[in-house]
Amino acid sequence: MAILVNNKTRVIVQGITGTQGSFHTKLMLEYGTKVVAGVTPGKGGQETHGVPVYDTVKEALSEHDANASIIFVPAPFAKDAVLEGINAGLELIVVITEHIPIKDAIQMIEVAKRNNVNIVGPNTPGVITPNECKLGIMPGHIFKRGEIGIISRSGTLTYEIASNLTRAGFGQSTCLGIGGDPVIGINFIDALQMFVNDDETKAVVLIGEIGGDAEEKAAEYIKREFTKPVAAFIAGRTAPPGKRMGHAGAIISGRAGTAESKIKALKRAGVYVVEKPKEISERLKEIL
Amino acid sequence: MKLYEYQAKEIFKKFGISIPRGQIADTPEECKKIAEEIGKPVAIKAQVLVGGRGKAGGIKFAETPEEAAEIASQILGSQIKGIKIEKVLVEEKLEIENELYFGITVDRSARKYVAIVSSRGGVDIEEVAEKYPEEIIKHYVDPLLGFQGFEARDLVKKIGLKGRNLIIAADILNKLWKIVEKYDAELVEINPLIKTKDDKLIAADARLIIDDNALFRHPEFEKTMETEGKEFNERELKARKEGLAYVELDGNIGIIGNGAGLVMATLDMVSLYGGKPANFLDVGGGADPKRMETALEIILSNPRVKVVFINILGGITRCDWMAKGIIEARERIKIQVPLVVRMVGTMEEAGRKILQEAGIDVLDSMEEAAKRAVEIANRIAGDE
Repeated sequence: MAILVNNKTRVIVQGITGTQGSFHTKLMLEYGTKVVAGVTPGKGGQETHGVPVYDTVKEALSEHDANASIIFVPAPFAKDAVLEGINAGLELIVVITEHIPIKDAIQMIEVAKRNNVNIVGPNTPGVITPNECKLGIMPGHIFKRGEIGIISRSGTLTYEIASNLTRAGFGQSTCLGIGGDPVIGINFIDALQMFVNDDETKAVVLIGEIGGDAEEKAAEYIKREFTKPVAAFIAGRTAPPGKRMGHAGAIISGRAGTAESKIKALKRAGVYVVEKPKEISERLKEIL
Repeated sequence: MKLYEYQAKEIFKKFGISIPRGQIADTPEECKKIAEEIGKPVAIKAQVLVGGRGKAGGIKFAETPEEAAEIASQILGSQIKGIKIEKVLVEEKLEIENELYFGITVDRSARKYVAIVSSRGGVDIEEVAEKYPEEIIKHYVDPLLGFQGFEARDLVKKIGLKGRNLIIAADILNKLWKIVEKYDAELVEINPLIKTKDDKLIAADARLIIDDNALFRHPEFEKTMETEGKEFNERELKARKEGLAYVELDGNIGIIGNGAGLVMATLDMVSLYGGKPANFLDVGGGADPKRMETALEIILSNPRVKVVFINILGGITRCDWMAKGIIEARERIKIQVPLVVRMVGTMEEAGRKILQEAGIDVLDSMEEAAKRAVEIANRIAGDE
């Protein structure tokens, strides 16, 4: 089962000829992801790692059957690329690009919503369903197929926790990076709703951080209706207010967005919140 | 990027929002001259980018030009929350009837801009939201259509504006939206918007924050950016120039890692074991040896740093490159403080080999490494 991506996911890489796009196309192919076409305006007719390149998404779709894309287009052009993907009829768009202006993010996410398109990101490592499809830039070898769903605002911290889980014998159904920006497409609640309907997923790991109130909102949802066990780690307990901690979204504004507030809300919702990343697998052993 | 009040007010003025008569000054003499021109009591306002300026004594009033000069000489060169005041804004003192709040910002959960008005202006809006939530009136701006005139009129009517002022207030709100659109603002705020005794609406204060990620399409702010430095110290400025995410803290354990979440968690682990991080530094994804070298250089220029903890989890970042950067930095800048390195992931073997040959131990658990860094820091602090 899993969520969002599986072995039927057929992928277009937007921005395939750039350094990042080309590098990760190779890694996705090696992982077994069905990358069927790439798009870079003006480079139609070329090939990247054996993948045919087209000038437009529409053209790529007229030659290949695809339902998802992954975007490596630089920030100034990323909104355009996302809108092109939506317009061409894709169902899922993963936006790897960091530093997209917030106004662009708001607009592209609104258009996606009106067209029932799922956006992952921006500023995400992507999504992986182990052994089936890696639509992202995460190192594939640290994941193993299993029963744990992961939802995270961070990249490397997710790898830290996922590899811990794998070593402890807990595989993953799907691991989803929702992105480190303030405005993102799929959020914690959307992802939890997908995991609740996925029979393969027995428990969910939520990796949050300071900034905004997405974790508090997720806690309300979990308390109200989420039926599977959830373990969580929240990064940034020592972060000072008013400073952006790397991610555009990781900032305590005034009194809002502190780790304490998130931890408190999650605990109140019955979530197992741990202090150290390695304790996630220890808690899961007790729960499952 | 945060703009100073006087810079934000210049933009307000350009868009036709009424602001008090006044000018910027950087000497008491200038201040006196401006007060003379205004010809009535003035407000003297320190130009700083930190909040809570009023409470910190950064806003004062003067009855005469002489008094204005006297006050300016006290404010100029003094500090608010560690930031030196170099400019004051001298403005006519307004006859206040009441104070309103008008602002537009991003609501992250709604994934939209939100316009907020309140009849309780002049105080911290978060406090109003906590104590009197019913007096905060919000409207989510349609991301594709923008903010319409009737929507603004609906909002300002709800806080009791009538007649000519209803039209003017709605117009101010719509203009704030135009500023958001034109300049990619994350936040634009008038707090307070003053209703004067002669029934005029004037923006007594102005806050404007531009989305850093949109600066590439705003060459008009290039000059403004030169004034931005005041918010940051030397190391923070250098890091910004190098594109490294760096935040200085007050501890003695320097921290470098890759990925914002991982670095935040690293700081948390250090604190959990009783240590005090000196900074947050994220070298980012796919960093090369040079980047690690620069990161070390920035961190070690902080005299408080007694030990450095490097936490690398190689995904798209190569451990061997990070190891190379560490060795090169050590040779070039003669690192005097102990290094604790945790390194796992892509090219881990090669990275370990490079470091071990140079006599640097490599650990593989982040928790263990954090504990070790804290022990060393405590030992050094104990010796001093």
